[in-house]
Amino acid sequence: MIEFKDVGLVYPNGTEGLKNINVKINEGEFVVIVGLSGAGKSTFIRSINRLVTPTSGSLLVDGEDILNYHSGNLRKLRTKVGMIFQNYNLVKRSNVFKNVLAGRLGHTGTLRSILNLYSKEDKSLAYESLNRVNIAEKLYNRADELSGGQQQRVSIARVLTQKPKYILADEPVASLDPPTSHQVMTYLKKINKEDKITTIVNLHFIDMAMEYADRIIGMRAGEVVFDGPASEVTEKTFEEIYGRSIREDDLRGGADES
Amino acid sequence: MTNENQSLVQKSVPLYPAKTKMQVTIIFFVVLGIYAFSMFWTQKEMVNGFGGALGNMYVVIEKFFPPNLSILPAIWNAMMQTIQMAIIATTVAAILTVPLAVLSAQNITTFKPLYVLTRTFLNLLRTIPDLVLAVIFVGLFGVGVFPGILALTIFSLGILAKLISETIESVDMNPLEAMRASGGNVFQVIWYALVPQVLPQFTSLVLYVFEINIRASVVLGLVGAGGIGLVLNQQLKFYNYPNAMTVILVIFAVVLIIEYISNKIREALI
Repeated sequence: MIEFKDVGLVYPNGTEGLKNINVKINEGEFVVIVGLSGAGKSTFIRSINRLVTPTSGSLLVDGEDILNYHSGNLRKLRTKVGMIFQNYNLVKRSNVFKNVLAGRLGHTGTLRSILNLYSKEDKSLAYESLNRVNIAEKLYNRADELSGGQQQRVSIARVLTQKPKYILADEPVASLDPPTSHQVMTYLKKINKEDKITTIVNLHFIDMAMEYADRIIGMRAGEVVFDGPASEVTEKTFEEIYGRSIREDDLRGGADES
Repeated sequence: MTNENQSLVQKSVPLYPAKTKMQVTIIFFVVLGIYAFSMFWTQKEMVNGFGGALGNMYVVIEKFFPPNLSILPAIWNAMMQTIQMAIIATTVAAILTVPLAVLSAQNITTFKPLYVLTRTFLNLLRTIPDLVLAVIFVGLFGVGVFPGILALTIFSLGILAKLISETIESVDMNPLEAMRASGGNVFQVIWYALVPQVLPQFTSLVLYVFEINIRASVVLGLVGAGGIGLVLNQQLKFYNYPNAMTVILVIFAVVLIIEYISNKIREALI
């Protein structure tokens, strides 16, 4: 369980990233955070694995306040929380298998990982993860030889290999075309259901949010302005979250193509 | 609307603002002035100008040719010594560079005092010319290969660490963030996300510094730091120009061959 209690974050330049956030995310939920760019979605998500550090309040993950964590604890926390990025963040010159095995870094000692001494279980887990996102045949390809959608699937495999309890996805489909976007979201949803991994996704496409989310959190200017089940959400809700009428570029479309 | 467009065309809006144009023009003339001035002065210092050089060229060529190729076997050892010096110095410098380059890269070493300290140390290192280093070490350890290796190591360390830390600063930080997010510690992040990104440039730069070291070790030989430079110096001092010419030709050939090989390796890497 993840619990934000009066969490606030002020960046060193004075910008307020988060203002007084109070949110509780339950086990196994598939939560989509929506909002315009700059609304604080990324800051929200990155607070959970402490890629950014909130400046006030407390943030509980599994009942422990993670805001005062330091290197050792932090590593343990990040091992538990997997992350998917907009730009996939693969090491382009390394092959797919090595990229996926990097998901085990938090579980592996420094020397073992540097010498590539991964256990048999770790290797088969990595292979299994690639299989689950249907990209095992690219095992020894260099990451930069793959298309955007394939790279994002590799990064999902990396997170799966990590065996996390939570998955954070920061705009995972923003750089992809509509059919590929739906494919990636379908994998994330499937993993959420099959492995019971709590998943938090940032999106700015409202149709995708409504299609995949169990629960939608709307953010504007660093504040949570909506929080409710996806079934209660209408176009009107989004207009309130965005503070303007819905335009065509707020929609990803292409749901029937995939 | 059409009227406005026409007036714009007639006024012919300049590509750069008038102020920028003015500044660039002034800078251009200042630079031109410096060139003209320095040309004037150096011309004054030169005794005979270029006319004398052409005449001297004939004398030099006559003295140096034909080269005495019979000494080839005798200088072979010295040439190998030079190459060995360059190899050892480059290798040691390449190893020492790694921690220094990482510590002087701003994106990896976020602890500012440490970064500033290493940067300053490297800057100081680079201010010492290789010849001065050689003179100091020859003074300390006597004539031979060892002071040459030391001088070359420090000389190439200065260049390598600077160039590689700049390569590190230009890498894509996203994979590093991903490794950090999956629980990797500093060493794992560096090994998994940074090393693959800088390895090709690292190898290429090391090869480049190796080439520089071959040439530099010739010069260092002149002050007694071993290798082929020492032989060249002796032959020149004895006014044995045909022998010296052979040495120069051998150096020329070796440098060309090494450059060719390392260019091929570099092409394959990038």
